[in-house]
Amino acid sequence: MNGSEIFNAQLWMTALSSATPLALAALGGTFSERTGVVNIAMEGMMLTGAFVAVLASATLHSAFLGLAAAILSGMLMAVLFAWGTIRYKADQVVVGMAINVLAAGLTGYLLNAIYGFTGTPPDTPRLPDVTIPGLAQMPGIGAVLGRADLLVYVMLLLVPLSHYFLFRTPLGLRMRAVGEHPQAADTAGIDVNRLRFLGVLISGALSGMAGAYISIGVLNAFNVNMTNGRGYIALAAMIFGNWKPVGAFLAAALFGLANALAINLQGLEGWHVSKDFVLMIPYALTILALAGIVRRTTPPAADGIPYEPGH
Amino acid sequence: MDVVLELKGITKRFPGVVANDRVDLDLRRGEIHAVLGENGAGKSTIMKIVSGLYSPDEGTILLEGRPVRFAGPREAITAGIGMVHQHFMLIPVMTVAENIVLGREPARGLALDVRRAREDVRQLSARYGLEIDPDRLVGELSVGLQQRVEILKAFYRGANILILDEPTAMLTPQEARELFRIMRELARSGVSIFFISHKLDEVMEVADRVSVMRQGRRVATLPAAETSPEQLAELMVGRSVLLRVERGEHRPGEPVLAVEGLGRAARGGRAALADISFEVRAGEIFGLAGVEGNGQQELVEVLAGLLKPDRGTVRLGGVDVTGRSPRQLFEMGVAYIPPDRQAEGLVLDLTVAENLALKDYYRAPLARRGLIDVKRLAERARALVVEYDVRPANPAAVARTLSGGNQQKVILGREVSSSPRLLIAAQPTRGLDVGAIEFVHRRLLALRDSGAAVLLSSLELDEILSLADRIGVMYKGRLVAVLDADEATRERVGLLMTGATAAAPAGAGTAAAGAGAEEVRRP
Ligand SMILES: Nc1ncnc2c1ncn2[C@@H]1O[C@H](COP(=O)(O)OP(=O)(O)OP(=O)(O)O)[C@@H](O)[C@H]1O
Ligand SMILES: [Mg+2]
Repeated sequence: MNGSEIFNAQLWMTALSSATPLALAALGGTFSERTGVVNIAMEGMMLTGAFVAVLASATLHSAFLGLAAAILSGMLMAVLFAWGTIRYKADQVVVGMAINVLAAGLTGYLLNAIYGFTGTPPDTPRLPDVTIPGLAQMPGIGAVLGRADLLVYVMLLLVPLSHYFLFRTPLGLRMRAVGEHPQAADTAGIDVNRLRFLGVLISGALSGMAGAYISIGVLNAFNVNMTNGRGYIALAAMIFGNWKPVGAFLAAALFGLANALAINLQGLEGWHVSKDFVLMIPYALTILALAGIVRRTTPPAADGIPYEPGH
Repeated sequence: MDVVLELKGITKRFPGVVANDRVDLDLRRGEIHAVLGENGAGKSTIMKIVSGLYSPDEGTILLEGRPVRFAGPREAITAGIGMVHQHFMLIPVMTVAENIVLGREPARGLALDVRRAREDVRQLSARYGLEIDPDRLVGELSVGLQQRVEILKAFYRGANILILDEPTAMLTPQEARELFRIMRELARSGVSIFFISHKLDEVMEVADRVSVMRQGRRVATLPAAETSPEQLAELMVGRSVLLRVERGEHRPGEPVLAVEGLGRAARGGRAALADISFEVRAGEIFGLAGVEGNGQQELVEVLAGLLKPDRGTVRLGGVDVTGRSPRQLFEMGVAYIPPDRQAEGLVLDLTVAENLALKDYYRAPLARRGLIDVKRLAERARALVVEYDVRPANPAAVARTLSGGNQQKVILGREVSSSPRLLIAAQPTRGLDVGAIEFVHRRLLALRDSGAAVLLSSLELDEILSLADRIGVMYKGRLVAVLDADEATRERVGLLMTGATAAAPAGAGTAAAGAGAEEVRRP
C-alpha cells in the first residue's frame, strides 16, 4: 500500500466501526450531561456492557440476548452511579472514577473466575451484519454503508432521534432545563432529580450498548480492560460536539477516522514510525480537543452541580 | 373583601436564627398587599413558605379557608400561587416561550407544539397587557422584560395569587412605573398580590394595605391610605429614620480621578463609551446618572480596571493608570462596590470573614510569610461586622445565608474600611432597607468629608440628587452634561437622561452640551 491509497473504502469502514461505540456512548453522555450530571463513569459502564454481552451471548447462545443483557448491565451501573451522585449528592467525578475502578476489577475478576486461562468461548455468537438492499450495490458509498454490523445502523438512527428527543419534545426541553437551571425547573414543577436519573439511565443503556458492540459486534470475545479508555474518548467527543447529539456524532466520527488512519498508516510502505506512536494519535487528539477547543463550547450551566432545593 | 390566603402562626427556624416568628398574615382578593421590613426581617422566607419552597416549622396556611400543606413549589403552583423571586428563575439560553411553558408544554403527538406555545404566550401577553416577543432568547432581554417573563410564567400556570419579591430592585424608574400599572390592572381583574419592597414611596403609591415585619415578626398591618413613609420607616427599624441625609458644604480639593477622552467600542454585549472627560476631586461625591444601559456601568468597570478602554486616559492623583489591573488599582487606593453583590461582590460559599479579606488577604497584616494569619483575619472581621452592622454579627456565617441587605453591608465594610482615595460605588443601595440605606449614605458622606473622592453610579435619581455634589449624566455612551448639585433639579436631570438637551439652558454648566442628541459613533 502507498500514500495515495490510504483513503480507500477499507479506511472508511474502519473509521465507521471505530466511531460506533464512541458515538453511542457520547450520545448517552449528552443526555446525562444535558440534565446536569457529568458522566465520567461511561468507561466503566461500557466495560461492564462488553463483558456481560459475551457472558450472556455465550451462555444463552444468542447475541441478541447478549446485547439486551449488556444494555441492562450498563443501566445497572448507571443506577449505582445515580444513587451516589443524585440521591446522595456525592462528587460526580469521584463516584464516576469509583464506578470505573469497580467495573475494571469486577470484569477482570469474573473473566478469570468463569473462563480461566482459556478466555471467553470461541463459539460465542456475534451480532449479525445487516445489508441494506439497494445501498449495498451503490458504487463507493455502498462498500462503506451498504453492509455493517446492526449496531452501526442503530447508532446512525439514534443520532437524529436523540436530537429530536432533546430539542423537539417536551421531555427534552425539561431535561435541558434541569441541566441549565435546576431551581427554575423545580419552581416550574419539574422533578429535577427524576430527570437527572433518567439522563444517567439513558447514558448507561447506550454505554452498555457501546460495550456490546466492542465485544460481540466487532469480535466475539472479551479480554481484560477491553474498552481501553474509549469511555473517556466518548466523553471528549461529547464535549467536542458541544453537548449536542449531531456534534457528538461528528466528533466521534473524527476520532474514528483518526483511529482508522493510525491503523492504515501502520501498513504504509516506507513509513518507519513506532506502532505505539501511531496508535496514540486518537488519544492525543482527545487531549487537544479538550484543551484547545473546549473553551469555545458551552456546557449546560448547572453541569456537575448536585441540586439542593431551597437555595 | 374576602380573604384568599391566610397564614396563622407561621414559624421558620434556620440554624441560629428564627427567620419567621409566629407570623399571622392575610391576603384579600384583588388587593395589593405590601410587605415591608428591614434586611433579614424574614420577608423572603415567609413568601418562600407560601410558595412551597420552604416548609414551615409551625403554623398553618389557609387557602380559600381550607388548610393546605405544600410539599414543594409544584403543589403551590397547582394551588394557584405564583412567585417571582428576588433572583429570577429563568433559563437564559432558552426562548421566552420555552421558559413560560416549561413544565406544562403544549404537545402535538410527541413533539413540543412550538406554534401553540408561541400563540399561548401571545394571548397571555395580550390579556394582561404584558407585551413580549415569545421567540427572543431570555438572556438577551433587559431586566424589566425578564421580569415580565416571570410574571407571565406564573399566569400561564393559572396563578391567581402573585408574589413579587422586590420586583423593582433591578428596574429603572420607567420600568417600575410600568410594573405598577400592570399590578393595578391585575388586581382589578381579581389577582391578589403580595408585594415586597424597600421603597416606601412605591409602597404608598401602589399598595392597598401594608404589613411591616421586624426580626421575624409581623409588627403591624395598616391601610396604605392611613399611613406615611415616616411612620412605616419607624415601624420597620424601631426608631425614627432620616429618609434624606444632610450633606455638608462642598469643599472640593485636588482632583483625584481625571478621565480624558475615554472611549470604547460596543462589544460583547456591552454598551459603547465615547469621548468621556471629567474629574472627581477630593472631598466630593460625583454622581453618575442615566437610564440603565447608557454606558454608566461600562465606564465604572473601566475605572475599576475590569474593562480595557480603546482610547483615552485615566489618571489617579496625576499618575496615568489606564489599563491597570484591579489589584494594582486597589493598591493605589481605589475601592469598588460592584452593582451585583451576588455575582461580583461576594464569594457566596465563603464565610463573611473570608469575604471581608478578599482584597487584602495576601499582604500584611493578614498574611505573613505567605500564610494567612487566621486569628487576625477573624479579629478584624469581628470588628467589621459590628462596625458595619452586619446581621447576624457572625464572621463565620456563610455569605450565602445572609439576607441581601446584609450581604451588601459586608461588601461596604470591605471596601470602605480600606480607607480608599477613590471609592467607586455602583448601585450601592440596591435592595437595601431604609435603615441600611441611611447607613450607606452616611458612610459615603463620611468618606467624602474625610477627603476621599467618591464616584457614585446609581439608577436611583433621588439617591444621586441627595448625595452628589456634582452630577454627570450619561446618554448613549456619552457624558452629555455635568451639573452642580444646586442647578440639578429632578426634571432637568431626568430630561437629560432621555437625551433631551434642549431642556438645558445655555451656558448653565453643561459639558459637551448638544452631544446628547447625536448618535454615538460606533467604529
Ligand atoms: N437558607 C437559609 N439558611 C440559613 N439562614 C437563612 C436562610 N434563608 C434565610 N436565612 C436567614 O433568615 C433571616 C430572614 O431572611 P430573609 O431572606 O427572609 O430576609 P428578607 O426580609 O427577605 O431580607 P432582604 O430584604 O435583605 O431580602 C435572615 O437572618 C437570613 O440570614
Ligand atoms: Mg429578601
